[in-house]
Amino acid sequence: MKHSPLMKWFASREGMYYLALAFLLVVLLPLVLEPFRLNMVGKYLTYAFVAIGLVMCWGKAGILSLGQGVFFGLGGYCMAMFLKLEASTPEATAIQSTPGIPDFMDWNQLTELPWFWEPFHSFSFTLLAVIGVPVLLAFVIGIAMFTRRVGGVYFAIITQAIAAVLTILIIGQQGYTGGVNGITDLQTLMGWDIRTDEARNILYFICVGMLFLCLFAARFVQNRKLGRILVAMNAQEMRVRFSGYDVAAFKIFVFCLAAAFAGIGGALFTLLVGFMSPSFIGIVASIEMVIFCALGGRLSILGAVYGALLVNAAKSGFSESFPELWPFAMGALFIGVVLAFPDGLAGLYKSYVMPLENKVFKRNKSEAVPAVSTPAAGTTDGYSPMTETYSPEKS
Amino acid sequence: MFDGYTSSELMSIFAMQGFAGLSLFSVFVLMALGLAIIFGQMGVINMAHGEFMILGAYTTYLTSGFFQSYLPGLFGGYFFIAMILAFLICGALGALVEWLMIRHLYHRPLDTLLATWGLSLIMQQAYRSIFGAREVGVDLPEWMMGAIPVTEMVDLPINGLFVMVIALSVAVGVYLLMYRSGYGKKVRAVVQNRPMAEAVGINSAGIDRATFALGCGIAGIAGAAFTMIGSTGPSSGQAYIVDTFLVVVFGGAQSLIGTIVSAFGISQAQSTMEFFLSGSMAKVLTLLVVIGILMIRPEGLMALKVRR
Amino acid sequence: MDNTDKTAIGRPAGKGLGFRKSLMTLAASVVFAASTHAATPSTAEVNTTGLAVTDDTVTVGILHSITGTMAISEIGSVQAEKLAIDQINASGGVLGRQIEFVQEDGASDWPTFAEKTRKLLRQDNVAAIFGAWTSASRKAILPVIEQFNGMLYYPTFYEGLEQSPNVVYTGQEATQQILASIDWAVENKGAKTFYLLGSDYIWPRTSNKIARKHIDKLGLKVVGEEYYPLGHTQFNSVINKIKLRKPDVIFASVVGGSNVAFYKQMKAAGVDFTDEKPLLLTISVTEDEIRGIGGENVEGIYASMKYFQSLDNPNNKEFVAAFKKAYGDDMVIGDVTQAAYLGPWLWKAAVEKAGSFDIDKIREEFAGIEFDKAPEGYVRIHENHHLWSKTRIGQAQLDGQYKVVYETEELMEPDPFPEGYQ
Repeated sequence: MKHSPLMKWFASREGMYYLALAFLLVVLLPLVLEPFRLNMVGKYLTYAFVAIGLVMCWGKAGILSLGQGVFFGLGGYCMAMFLKLEASTPEATAIQSTPGIPDFMDWNQLTELPWFWEPFHSFSFTLLAVIGVPVLLAFVIGIAMFTRRVGGVYFAIITQAIAAVLTILIIGQQGYTGGVNGITDLQTLMGWDIRTDEARNILYFICVGMLFLCLFAARFVQNRKLGRILVAMNAQEMRVRFSGYDVAAFKIFVFCLAAAFAGIGGALFTLLVGFMSPSFIGIVASIEMVIFCALGGRLSILGAVYGALLVNAAKSGFSESFPELWPFAMGALFIGVVLAFPDGLAGLYKSYVMPLENKVFKRNKSEAVPAVSTPAAGTTDGYSPMTETYSPEKS
Repeated sequence: MFDGYTSSELMSIFAMQGFAGLSLFSVFVLMALGLAIIFGQMGVINMAHGEFMILGAYTTYLTSGFFQSYLPGLFGGYFFIAMILAFLICGALGALVEWLMIRHLYHRPLDTLLATWGLSLIMQQAYRSIFGAREVGVDLPEWMMGAIPVTEMVDLPINGLFVMVIALSVAVGVYLLMYRSGYGKKVRAVVQNRPMAEAVGINSAGIDRATFALGCGIAGIAGAAFTMIGSTGPSSGQAYIVDTFLVVVFGGAQSLIGTIVSAFGISQAQSTMEFFLSGSMAKVLTLLVVIGILMIRPEGLMALKVRR
Repeated sequence: MDNTDKTAIGRPAGKGLGFRKSLMTLAASVVFAASTHAATPSTAEVNTTGLAVTDDTVTVGILHSITGTMAISEIGSVQAEKLAIDQINASGGVLGRQIEFVQEDGASDWPTFAEKTRKLLRQDNVAAIFGAWTSASRKAILPVIEQFNGMLYYPTFYEGLEQSPNVVYTGQEATQQILASIDWAVENKGAKTFYLLGSDYIWPRTSNKIARKHIDKLGLKVVGEEYYPLGHTQFNSVINKIKLRKPDVIFASVVGGSNVAFYKQMKAAGVDFTDEKPLLLTISVTEDEIRGIGGENVEGIYASMKYFQSLDNPNNKEFVAAFKKAYGDDMVIGDVTQAAYLGPWLWKAAVEKAGSFDIDKIREEFAGIEFDKAPEGYVRIHENHHLWSKTRIGQAQLDGQYKVVYETEELMEPDPFPEGYQ
C-alpha cells in the first residue's frame, strides 16, 4: 500500500523523466564511457547542483546571483581543508620545518595550524560546514539585501563583487588558504584513496545519488505552496507582500537553499577532481554557472542538469578539437539562449517533443491515461511518502 | 612609518598621493560614465563595457601604426584622431548591438546582463583571433611621455594629467548633452516616464539606441585614454568590470552626479588605503567597505528612486 | 588513432607478464646498449609499459593553454616544443622513431590541465608530456602524473619548493634567478636598500622571501615589500611610496597586464630607468613581455634570467634563426620559450642514454645528462631534476631586446629547498 503512490509517480510522465535521467546517469554513461570520461561527467554534475539552485533562486524567485561560485567554492574549500589535513600527517610531511601542517603553510612560515583549520580534523564537522558555511554567508547577505528590498541588477552586481573580494582574499592570504594554487594533492578520504579509478567510480555514483536527493528536495519545495509563492513573488512582488507574506523571508530561504546546493556540489567537486582553487570561485566561473541553468531552461530543475552536462561536455569537446572556437560558441550560447529560446532546452522540449510524446502516450496507453495524468496536487500527495522513504538514507 | 622624513618631504608625498587619488578618480569617471548613462537610461548593465573600452584601445593602436607608417610628421597629434575614431567605431558598434540584441530585451534587464556577457566573450575571442593573444604595445608621441617636475620630489605625470583632462572634458560634455540639449531633455523625459514621453511624440526607441551608442562611444574614448596607463590585450577589459560596476551601483541609478561622487569616494578611499596598507588588502577593504555601505544604503549615494 | 588500439591490447598483457618481461628487456637493453645505437631496437625492448611507441613512431603530449588568459604566455612554449620536435625528427628521431605529438589545450583552467593529463596518460599513453606554465597548473597536474607515472617537462622559472620524481624542471627555481642577481646589484652597483614588489601569488611571494633573506644575510636593508592583486592596473600609490623611501633597487616580480601598467606609470611618473636611480631589477619581464609593455617604457631596466634572445653563441644564433624561420621574423624569444625548447631534447638524451622509453628507466638516467647544444649554452640535469644553468643579467634596450651585462662564471646549482631561505 505504501509503495503504490510511489509506483504511480514513477509511471507518471514526470516520473518517467526522472527515470530517464537516472537511466542515463546510472546505467548508460558508466557503460559507454571510459573511467576518466566518466569522472569528467561527474565533475559536470557537480555544476548541476549549482544550476538546480539557480533554477530555484533565479528562475522561480527572480533573484539572479552572479556569485554562486562563492558558495560552490566555500563548500569545496571546506572539503579540501579536511582532506588536506588528512594528507598532512606528521609522517607524510616529515621534511617540513613544522611537520603535521599542510605543505603550503610551511612554505609561508606558519608554524602552527590556524584556529579555523582545527575543526576540520573532524569529518562530521566538515560535512556540516560544507552546507553550513555557504548557507550562513547566504543568510547574512540575504538579510542585508532582501530586507532592504535590494533586487534585480543591484543584487547581481553586489554578488559579483563578493565573488571578486573572496577571490582576492583567498589569493592574498596564501599561508592560510593555499593562494592561487589552491589546496592541492588531496589523497585520501578517511583512509580511502580517492585517486584510484575504482574510488572515482564510487564517487561518481555518490555524486549522482546526491544529485537526485537535491532534485527531490528542489521538487519538494517547488510543488509546495512555498514554491508557488516564490513564483508569485517573481511576477508580482507587491501583491504577494500585500497579501501578508514576508517576501524577504522567502527570498532569504530560497537563496540559502541555492547556497546549500552549491556547497554540496563544491564538496563533491573537490572529491572528484582532487583539488580546489580560487579559479572556481571568481567572476567568470560564477557567471558561467548561470548559463548552465539558462540553457537547461531556467524554470526546470531537470533541465538544469542537462544544461550543466551539455555546456561542459561541449566545452571539453570544443577545447579538444577547436580551442579557438569555444569562446565564440559560448558567447553565442549566452546570446542565443536569452534572445531566441529563453526557456532553454526544457522550453524546446515542451514545444517540440511533448506533442509527439502525447501522440505516443495516447496510442499505447489510451486506457491508462486518466490514471497517469494526475493533477499537480495529486502528484504532490503521491510524492510525500517517498521523501520519508528517502530521508533516512541521507544520514 | 613617517619617521626620519622632513616635513617638506612629507608635504610633497601628500601632494603626490593626492594627485594619485585624482588620477584614479579620473580613470574611474572615464570607465563608469558610459556605463552609467546606459544603466540610468535603460536599467541595463552592459557586461561588454570593458570589451568596448578595449576596442577603443585597439583603435588607438591601429591609428598609431597608421600614422607611423604613412604620416610620421603628424604623429604627435595622432592621439586626438584616435580618440575621435574610437568614439565613432565603438558608438557604431554599440548602435548595431542595440539594434540586434538589446532592444529585444528591454523588459528583461537580467537577461541583458547575460546576453552582453556573451557578447563580451565573442569580442574577446575576436580580438585574440585578429590581434593575437599577446598584449600590443601602443606607441605614444614623445610629448605625452614623462613628467613635469614641480619641485624636486613632486613630478606630475603628463599622461596622468592628460587622462584627467579627457575625463573632465567627457564629464562636462555629457553634462551639457544631458542637461542643456534637446536630446538630453528627451532622454530625461523617457527615463522619468516612458509612456508619457512616447505620448508626446518622443521616439523612445531612437533615444534608447542613441544612448546605448553614446555609452559605448564613451567607453571607446576611455579605452583610448587607457592605452597610456594600462595594457591593451584581448582580456584586459575584464580587469575593469568589477570596479566599474561598483562605481555605478554605488553612485545610484539614474544619477550621473552620483556616479561622479562615488568615483571620487572610492578612488580616494582606495588610494589612501593603498598608501598605508599593502596593495591587495587595500583592494579587498575598499570593496568590502563599498559592499557594506551598499548593504546599509542599497539605493546608492544619490538615487532618485530604486525601489520597485 | 591506431596507436590506441595497439596499446589497449598491449596494456593487460604487460600487466600479467610485467616483472618477468621487464627483467628480460632489462637484460636485453644492457646487451643492446653495449652494442650500438645505429640499428633501431625493437619496440618490445624499448617499451615495456604500454606507451604509445610503434616500430616507427613514438607519441608525446603537449599540454599548454591555447585559449584563456594564459594563452598569451604559453604560446611561445608550444612553438618552441614543436620546433624542437621537428628538429629531432629531421635528425633521425629518438631511438630510430619519429616523434608524433598529441596537443591538448589546458584552456587556462587548472582542472582541465589535470583532466587532459589524465587523457594523455591513460588514453594516448604518451611517452612524455611537455607542458604547464603556471604553478597552479603544475600543481594540478602533479598528483595525476605521479599516480600514473608519467613524465612532465616543465619550462617555467618558478618558486621551487618542489621536487617530483615525475617532473623535469627545465626552467630555473627561484634561487637561481635571485641570489646571483642581488649579489650582482650589491657588488657592481653598490646597492644597499631594496624595495620588493610583486603580484599577489605564490611565485612573487616566495621569490621575495628568498630575496629578503639573502639581503638580510648581506647585512643590507629591505625598505618595503608589497603585493598587488593579479590584473591590478593602478600603481600610483606604490610609486609614491618608492619615491618616499628612495631604495637603491626595486626588485620587481609583477606579472601579466599589471606589468604593462606598472612600467608605463613608472615612466610617466618621471622615473628614467637608464639613470638607475633607483635601479630596477626584475625577474618577470622577458622579451615576450616587453612586446606588450613597449621598449621605451622599460629601457634601462635589468632582468635576471638564464637566457636572452641576444645571447652571443653559435647554438643560440642557430636556434633564433630556426625559430624565426618557423614562426616569422617578428617573433621574440623569452627565457621560458628557450626552456621549453630544451624539454624534448633532454627527453631524447635521457631516452637514448637509457635505451628505453620506459619512464622508470629514464628516471634512473637523468642525473648528469648534458646538453651542449642548448641555446643558453651548456646545461646539465641535477639529481633533483632541475637544471644547472647560469644566471645572466640583461639590460633592456629601446628595441625590446636585452643586452647581456653579466653572467655567472659557474653554472648555478639548482636548490629547490634552499636551506636558510625558508
